[in-house]
Amino acid sequence: MSQPAIKLAPPPPAKTEVSSSWRDGWRSFRKNRLAMVGLGIIVFFVLIAVLAPFIAPYDYKEQELVNRLHKPGGEHWFGTDDLGRDIFSRIIYGTRISLWVGISSVVGSIVAGTMLGIVAGYYGRWLDALISRFFDILLAFPGILLAIAIVAALGPSLQNALLAIAIVNVPVFGRLVRARVLSLREEEYIMAARAIGMKNSRILWQHILPNCLGPIIVQGTLGIATAIIEAAALGFLGMGAQPPEPEWGKMLSDSRQFIQNAPWTVIFPGLSIMLTVLGFNLIGDGLRDVLDPRMKS
Amino acid sequence: MLNYTIRRLLMLIPVLLGMTIIVFSIIHAIPGDPAEVILGEKASNSSKEALRKELKLDQPLLVQYGDYLKKLAAGDLGTSIRTREPISAEITPYLAATLELTLVAMAFAVFFGVNAGILSAWKQNSWFDYLSMLIALIGVSMPIFWLGLMEQWLFALELKWLPSIGRMNARDPVESVTNLYLIDSLLSGRADQFWTVVKHLILPGIALGTIPMAIIARMTRSSMLEVLRSDYIRTAKAKGLSQMFIIYKHALRNAFIPVLTVIGLQFGLLLGGAVLTETIFAWPGVGRYIFDAIASRDYPVIQSGILIIAFIFVLINLLVDLLYAAVDPRINFK
Repeated sequence: MSQPAIKLAPPPPAKTEVSSSWRDGWRSFRKNRLAMVGLGIIVFFVLIAVLAPFIAPYDYKEQELVNRLHKPGGEHWFGTDDLGRDIFSRIIYGTRISLWVGISSVVGSIVAGTMLGIVAGYYGRWLDALISRFFDILLAFPGILLAIAIVAALGPSLQNALLAIAIVNVPVFGRLVRARVLSLREEEYIMAARAIGMKNSRILWQHILPNCLGPIIVQGTLGIATAIIEAAALGFLGMGAQPPEPEWGKMLSDSRQFIQNAPWTVIFPGLSIMLTVLGFNLIGDGLRDVLDPRMKS
Repeated sequence: MLNYTIRRLLMLIPVLLGMTIIVFSIIHAIPGDPAEVILGEKASNSSKEALRKELKLDQPLLVQYGDYLKKLAAGDLGTSIRTREPISAEITPYLAATLELTLVAMAFAVFFGVNAGILSAWKQNSWFDYLSMLIALIGVSMPIFWLGLMEQWLFALELKWLPSIGRMNARDPVESVTNLYLIDSLLSGRADQFWTVVKHLILPGIALGTIPMAIIARMTRSSMLEVLRSDYIRTAKAKGLSQMFIIYKHALRNAFIPVLTVIGLQFGLLLGGAVLTETIFAWPGVGRYIFDAIASRDYPVIQSGILIIAFIFVLINLLVDLLYAAVDPRINFK
């Protein structure tokens, strides 16, 4: 008589499930050939960035004025620039700057955007209205233009360019997380968690945040690609890295006046930007297919 | 629909106000003394004081902002520090130049993007599909300023097919009526200048239009693929309708809504990208106007230039939202 009407199934062993879902994800990611090409490109550039001092044949600051605008060849693989600096070495060191700016600015945008998005989505009401309008306003500016405005105010430097790019991309992540939280909030298991008196902070941390991770990772990877282009654009406009930093965008603008006689000074930095961006875009597309099937194109 | 339009217009008010606050803050976010930053360290105290007075930096912040809004409402965008000209008058030809360039870039992007996307979806997994998607993939990863430089190098400096900078033959200008040179040269009956204007537009137009073209092509393809699989398309095929009719009349109409969103978004990005393209091709547009202003620390111009572009961006987004109804009668705005 005292038998319970419903027998609860034992909770699934959480740990193995998580790891197996990651393993499943990796398996289907690995099948995506383009995504693997992207991963290859990025691993290649990360290795270059890490091992820069061992790979670069010259110091990126070292000027050899007798050897200025030297054609690519055995001594200087990618040629030299107008100050006789080895372009190959400069590109290698430039990898560090581009990866650093791309990744750290996106991490900044993710942290700020996620916090604002969660607060807006979970607590709603006037906080939501306020934060959402703030996102609307930031998104009302074309990204690069807002970044230019921020750097114009703060002064040109790599640090300020990084900050500007991070600020510009906050609403991208904020909106994403807010939308996700809004739908999660209505899920039964969240209501159940609330009903048993779980604290908001714990619900957010243990249930909501992990469920936002997929789209964040996808958007984050694609965001790194955008951030690298934006940083190079700011550098190109003279608003990012300052000389003698070997930032790729800055290298392009410094060399453009020599393009007719020394096209290699412009070709290689541009190719590097394109390849890195392509790599992150490919990984991002692949991750989207795995982590966020609804966005699948 | 009317209700929806009015509601959307009302919703614009807080966004526009927020935009003015951000733009207004640019000059106040300058670390240290803005007057010194603008005039340089060597400027005398009296000239700094005069500039502070002129820009009203000596007033309380709220008074300054109120004043700024009042002037904006009256159409006064301030005075350029460099040229001493009112910005609202000075900016018009620059705006027209940017408009001409972005419209050409967008036309290029939409025409090639949409058609490449349709063809890729129709001939899915063919060599054309692979090739155009590869180009699209490279296109979205391409820094436009680099693409512009490469075009300039190849087509202007090496092959000498097209002019590398400027908008037209400056030695023999046509009378400016609209400041859109394509139209001005036609108005003055100058076929030769019209052709030069076209030639000047090709390289910057392609540079600016490539990323949107790539994105539009990818969106059109995936959207078309989805629609082409639906039942009503099969029915249309079974009825024996021609391929062209099915694709452009039946499928595209339904596939076009996500594409339209992307086109609208890209238009705004074009306005940002114009800064870079205009710098490379010495195109006298707003982007270059802002860029020059940054170099000479002409903050009123920076502020107003950015505000105007953001304003146009917001208007375009609004238009796109309203266009949805025209394209897709299923959308109900109640």
